[in-house]
Amino acid sequence: MSDATYNPVAQNPSKWRQALRKPGFVAGLMIIGFSILLAVFPGAFAPYDPNAIDYLAVRQPPSWAHPFGTDLLGRDSLSRVIWAYQVNMQMAVFATVFALLIGVVIGALVGYYRGIADLIFGRVVDAVITFPFLVLVIAVVAVLGPGLINMYIAITVVGWVYYARLMRAEVIAQMGNDYAAAGIVMGYSDRRIIFRHLLPNAITPVIVYWMTDMALAILLGSSLGYLGLGAQPPQAEWGVLIAEGRNFISTAWWLSLMPGIAIVLTGLGFSLLGDGLADLLRPRG
Amino acid sequence: MSSLTYILKRLLLMIPTFFLVMVIIFLLVRLLPGDPAIAMAGDRASDADIAAIRERLGLTEPMLVQFWLFLSNTLHGDLGRSILMRTDVIDVIADRLPITVFLTLYSVVLSLLIAGPLAFVAALNRGRWPDAVIRTVFQIGLSMPVFYIGLVLLTFLAAQLRLFPVGGYGDTFGERLYHLFLPSITVALYTSAIIMRNLRSAIIEVLDAEYVQFARAKGLPARLILGRHVLRNALISTVTLLGLSIGNLMSGTLVTETVFAVPGMGRLMLEAIFARDYPLIQGLTLTFAVLVSLVFLLTDLFQSRLDPRMRLQ
Amino acid sequence: MGMNNKTPILEIEALNTTFYRNGQALPAVREVSFSVARGEVLGLVGESGSGKSVTLRSIMGLARRYGDVSGQVRWQGRDLVPMPDRELRLIQGREIAMIFQEPMTSLNPLLTIGLQIEENLLAHTNLSRAARRDRAIEMLDLVGIPSAAQRLKDYPHQFSGGMRQRVMIAIALAANPKLLLADEPTTALDVTIQAQILDLILRLAEEMEMGVVLVTHDLGVVAQTCDNVSVMYAGRIVEQGPVRNVLREPRHPYTVGLMRSVPENLPPRTPLYSIQGVPPSLDTLPSGCAFAPRCSACVEACVQGRPDLSRVTDTRHVACFNPVIDAKGNAA
Repeated sequence: MSDATYNPVAQNPSKWRQALRKPGFVAGLMIIGFSILLAVFPGAFAPYDPNAIDYLAVRQPPSWAHPFGTDLLGRDSLSRVIWAYQVNMQMAVFATVFALLIGVVIGALVGYYRGIADLIFGRVVDAVITFPFLVLVIAVVAVLGPGLINMYIAITVVGWVYYARLMRAEVIAQMGNDYAAAGIVMGYSDRRIIFRHLLPNAITPVIVYWMTDMALAILLGSSLGYLGLGAQPPQAEWGVLIAEGRNFISTAWWLSLMPGIAIVLTGLGFSLLGDGLADLLRPRG
Repeated sequence: MSSLTYILKRLLLMIPTFFLVMVIIFLLVRLLPGDPAIAMAGDRASDADIAAIRERLGLTEPMLVQFWLFLSNTLHGDLGRSILMRTDVIDVIADRLPITVFLTLYSVVLSLLIAGPLAFVAALNRGRWPDAVIRTVFQIGLSMPVFYIGLVLLTFLAAQLRLFPVGGYGDTFGERLYHLFLPSITVALYTSAIIMRNLRSAIIEVLDAEYVQFARAKGLPARLILGRHVLRNALISTVTLLGLSIGNLMSGTLVTETVFAVPGMGRLMLEAIFARDYPLIQGLTLTFAVLVSLVFLLTDLFQSRLDPRMRLQ
Repeated sequence: MGMNNKTPILEIEALNTTFYRNGQALPAVREVSFSVARGEVLGLVGESGSGKSVTLRSIMGLARRYGDVSGQVRWQGRDLVPMPDRELRLIQGREIAMIFQEPMTSLNPLLTIGLQIEENLLAHTNLSRAARRDRAIEMLDLVGIPSAAQRLKDYPHQFSGGMRQRVMIAIALAANPKLLLADEPTTALDVTIQAQILDLILRLAEEMEMGVVLVTHDLGVVAQTCDNVSVMYAGRIVEQGPVRNVLREPRHPYTVGLMRSVPENLPPRTPLYSIQGVPPSLDTLPSGCAFAPRCSACVEACVQGRPDLSRVTDTRHVACFNPVIDAKGNAA
């Protein structure tokens, strides 16, 4: 209710302390922190070489030696799930960060200059959201061919639109504020107003969305891996691992269950982190 | 404004959008790296084979001519011939479309049945334990990929307990409801997580709205406040949300059809991709876009019926 | 002034309302006591966030959904605070009515105004369908909506702001309540329309013999309309008494500040006065007098402890260690 002036960039340090008291946010931080550790140093955590084939120990159920059991070629499932962190965490970044960069720049420019570019942009957004996201992504993958890199390209080609739309709306909202008008009156260059003044203030919702999008990227990446359009075997990737185990799900359930748990846990981590950040960065309150 | 002029205006707005949709689909095959003719012909094809395919796809013409041909053919209902199915793309799609539409509608109904009541319970108990439990469960649901939910349900309910068929489609309406229950609930479990989350905040917003406070201050019975003032307004957000989620839902349908071997457009799309059947891929992509924009249109119309402010603008 | 001799219909005693955010208690209303007699117009004045709106919502039973309400709200002898929803509903709308600040957001946009009046009558009267319709038309007529019968089928967005506020009054008063709680009913309106709506409320209060609690941040409005006034600051009443006495001889430095910020009382070209500083936020209230940090008459005691609302004359109450004593508003 109060109209107290609020500077969207400077954050109150006590809000951090408050956020750190929320169990969801802390859990998210811990999950993602540990996931990053696993992704950066898989060798330090994995008990075996993820690609060591052992035909004498094929599809062994979980045991002390192999806590997640072994797969069709006798490889240690736990080690494969851990090594997959490398690929899947990388997905969260590479499948989103280029879309974010492109989207932020285009969204900021379109929001600042409006005019004909904005008109065209509006139609492009309408057209892109008319396709189910996955359909458009796999259509692009279809043309480029399956594989991780092509998957990143496909997701970026489609995904930037969502970031740009968010950024544009936010820049337009920020333009209404006095400091933007002041910058224009003082004769700052457009570039300075957009990138030094508008962008830092308008980026908050984009960052919050980015967190959610990273969770979605892991779901999407593993789905494409499962469908055979993303990471390719023998690479250890959760979707690929689940696909490998799908025909043995009633006899060797651990093959599909464990990577699935990794997906759910990491996705949950990102979405908890996103919710916490949203609270933290939200103006007022 | 009468609803007829509203529909007309809304349809007119779809024309530029669809023009761009066509451009995107057209460019998809031509602008991205990789030659569709080589891709279609396979690795062992001779140059002559490739040239023949290129001729057949019209790739030898200038871009603008190609686009014009693509546009006019599509408008005449000619989507080309499927390489995989060896028939006209339009016939293949007509064959599979009803299955996907049925599956999607079924998923919508199930999502609403799951998300609607739970969103209400959570919103009315905001901050207390039922809210916390519902939100936690759905937050986990939101982190589960559709193919994984499907796989788990398939294994336990169909393969192990034999409560449901493992695949297939069925002939009568009742059989379809039974056969498609698992594929639909798979999609519904995921989409209901998205809908529940947004619907809960929408309901809370309505509960806190001044007009609901005013209705309470009037001393109206609780069921009237909920039924007339809260539910009606929350219904608008529900419809909007469902409309916006249709893309998600269809993405889910594509995956679920693959997991449960349902012969719909989604599974066909994947088959087309592995067969590099470009005309079929284009046709399916276009059909999906048409379906989504139809849903957007219906959402708008429904909203304008529900909300007098939109009706008279 | 003679109003105070009448027996009160509403008596509030030691009303406390506390909200919670992030595990932190926010004392929105503290130890508020006042009473309203039939036909009396009581003004509740203060800056935004002073707790005046929450006080109204606590009386009406709306605040308890969002926080803790304690103390007594005696309505014709019965305490509304512990009363179950089902019983409270027979008082809400029927005996005590409330209108809100924003006519744009306080009417349900999806329902015709006819229905929004009628549902009130259905809940609180035994009138037949036809009689309810007649009463709805009568109410719209009464609040000055032209061609009332034709407008029953209209939706809120088809009315202008002032007309919407009239509609809200018609809805609220349909069941003939004995007390009207008005939460800044004119703040959202154009200046020219504000006077009309105030006149309407006063006229109806007189015709229907209603008590009115008028919440406002505008002392000018209070001067024109109220019999008694309570000034609120940071959730507490700091000064209370008959309007004429309080405005002529304000005792609390905050009341003095509020009066000086009303531009009408000033000679031309006087710089507009405003009280320095901002009201404290509810989560960081000082332990002494909440107004002390902004008060020019602040003494040591004001920081040490909090002054109670105490009687200074027969009809006046002030909560201040160092009250203003002379008529010109100079501190002692």
